[in-house]
Amino acid sequence: MAEYLEPKIMCAGDSAVVIEFGDSIDMKINARVQQLRRYIENSHLYGIIELVPTYRSLAIYFDPLAVGDIGLFFEKLKSMAQRTKGEVSKGGLVIVIPVCYGEKFGPDMENVASHTGISEEEIIRRHTAPDYYCYMLGFTPGFSYLGGMDESLATPRLKEPRKVIPAGSVGIAGKQTGIYPIDSPGGWQLIGRTPLRLFDPQGEQPFLIDAGMWVRFKGIGKEEYDEIASEVASRTYKPEILQKSGDVA
Amino acid sequence: MILEVQTPGLLTTVQDLGRWGYQGKGMPVAGAMDPHALQIGNILVGNNPQEAALEITAMGPKLIVTEGEGLIALVGAELGFNINGVAAPMWQSIRIKSGDEILVASPKGRGCRAYLCLSGGIDVPVVMGSKSTYLRAKVGGLEGRPLKAQDTLSTGPLKPLTWQTADFQCPEHLRPDRSEDSPLRVVLGPQDDAFTEKGIKTFLESEYTITNEADRMGYRLEGETIEHKSGADIISDAIPLGAIQVPGHGKPICMLADRQTTGGYAKIAVLCTPDIANLAQRMPGQKVRFKSITLEESIAVVKVGREQIDELLRLRASYRTRKVFPGEGTVRKEAYRMRLKIQEVTYDVTVEEVD
Repeated sequence: MAEYLEPKIMCAGDSAVVIEFGDSIDMKINARVQQLRRYIENSHLYGIIELVPTYRSLAIYFDPLAVGDIGLFFEKLKSMAQRTKGEVSKGGLVIVIPVCYGEKFGPDMENVASHTGISEEEIIRRHTAPDYYCYMLGFTPGFSYLGGMDESLATPRLKEPRKVIPAGSVGIAGKQTGIYPIDSPGGWQLIGRTPLRLFDPQGEQPFLIDAGMWVRFKGIGKEEYDEIASEVASRTYKPEILQKSGDVA
Repeated sequence: MILEVQTPGLLTTVQDLGRWGYQGKGMPVAGAMDPHALQIGNILVGNNPQEAALEITAMGPKLIVTEGEGLIALVGAELGFNINGVAAPMWQSIRIKSGDEILVASPKGRGCRAYLCLSGGIDVPVVMGSKSTYLRAKVGGLEGRPLKAQDTLSTGPLKPLTWQTADFQCPEHLRPDRSEDSPLRVVLGPQDDAFTEKGIKTFLESEYTITNEADRMGYRLEGETIEHKSGADIISDAIPLGAIQVPGHGKPICMLADRQTTGGYAKIAVLCTPDIANLAQRMPGQKVRFKSITLEESIAVVKVGREQIDELLRLRASYRTRKVFPGEGTVRKEAYRMRLKIQEVTYDVTVEEVD
């Protein structure tokens, strides 16, 4: 892993600055990104517009005419960045994502089974076993980049991408797994679908998952899928969010 | 005021200053491609500068006022502009009423994006803090899509003193300079160290042409290949507005309003914020050159733009309190004008009995 000795401050135009902690995808580096994000959110720095955490850096968008002396502003950010420690917290929030695997919701389950030589049942077991860490969101509204998939499930993308993948589809692409938040084209191998809305622009909370959270998939049957789907449609569904403690696997 | 869309134009969308605050969740900002022009137009029709308006791309819509009356102003690109078949001036507010026909036609001069601002703004739902249309996720504006024929647009409640703003003009010196031969200013970074010295020299010294792949998301440019040190790919990070990323093929792509929030290509530079609109007003086939400036210089340019908006707001305050008022619209009883100085800042204050 390559964590820098000193966080790098990178000028990104007159209204953004990027603070980078390393050059690899690593939980320890991402922990510093998340920590800096919390420091800044709790600081009284004036003129900050928004923060965008990614794998190994935090982008800070600001109003250049509101932050005061720009050099001083960068200095303050830098000293906050230096105070972060790459402590990977065992705790954190876990959101449970119910998924109906296989059949019509997972049209590529057979592809994954034949590529990996693992039975459908075992694929579901291995896919629901770990808690996945959400490093960042991007690509489309609400798309989470998850780390921690069992590598035995790795399957290359479809040769012919689909023109429309329905929102909620859960798929595998190489060593990654993810959920499509909105209908979009794509080449992921689809193994199931969640009835939850990862992106709901009219909702009180438009996004279900945040960077730094954990995601746990839970297998459900078709009946339960339909029940949850109707609760989601009537906005009565409450997603299951657990506090992960150090002792719980 | 209610307007009916007769023809929608090429790509007409509702835009304000964008949906900021959700980039960390992967939500693109969207918003006006020329936010400076949008703010001017809103000031001209009596709105707050950040109100939503119609962003018109190259070929405009035809609208009919079916109910009420109000003010409109067309700003930005020089497009043909007629009201009831008679040429109408841009950069000023114009009073319109039920039955009037507004036509925005094709480009007559510089630019390709114009803003039709309506007094009261456009009454569409505020989605996640903004009225801006983000087409790819069908969010905001009119059902998340461009205007189509037979759509109905309603304006919101008028701001106080709207009627006194009628015929107000944006003076020449406050209209944005969209000269097509001036280089676009950039600040190098965040990944300028991913390029060879030769690559940076190529980027700053050669001329690029805007390709046909130029839309609200970004402009792909064609020209000399920019040399990377060891590949174009980085671990995905945030893409600021106006960032210029260079994929493996070595041709720059300028990332604009509808850009994805994150991406995995090295970014050689970021456009000086006011120059982003200068690029967004250019069309495929036109040339682009870049000029490197310092961060401090870039911020100074931002400051000039902000001061121009402030100056126009001050001019509007003075205009509204000039002597002659037509008696139409809301009934005015009495108006007082005073100039106050509070902590070294001068304010023109208008006091008016509203009912």
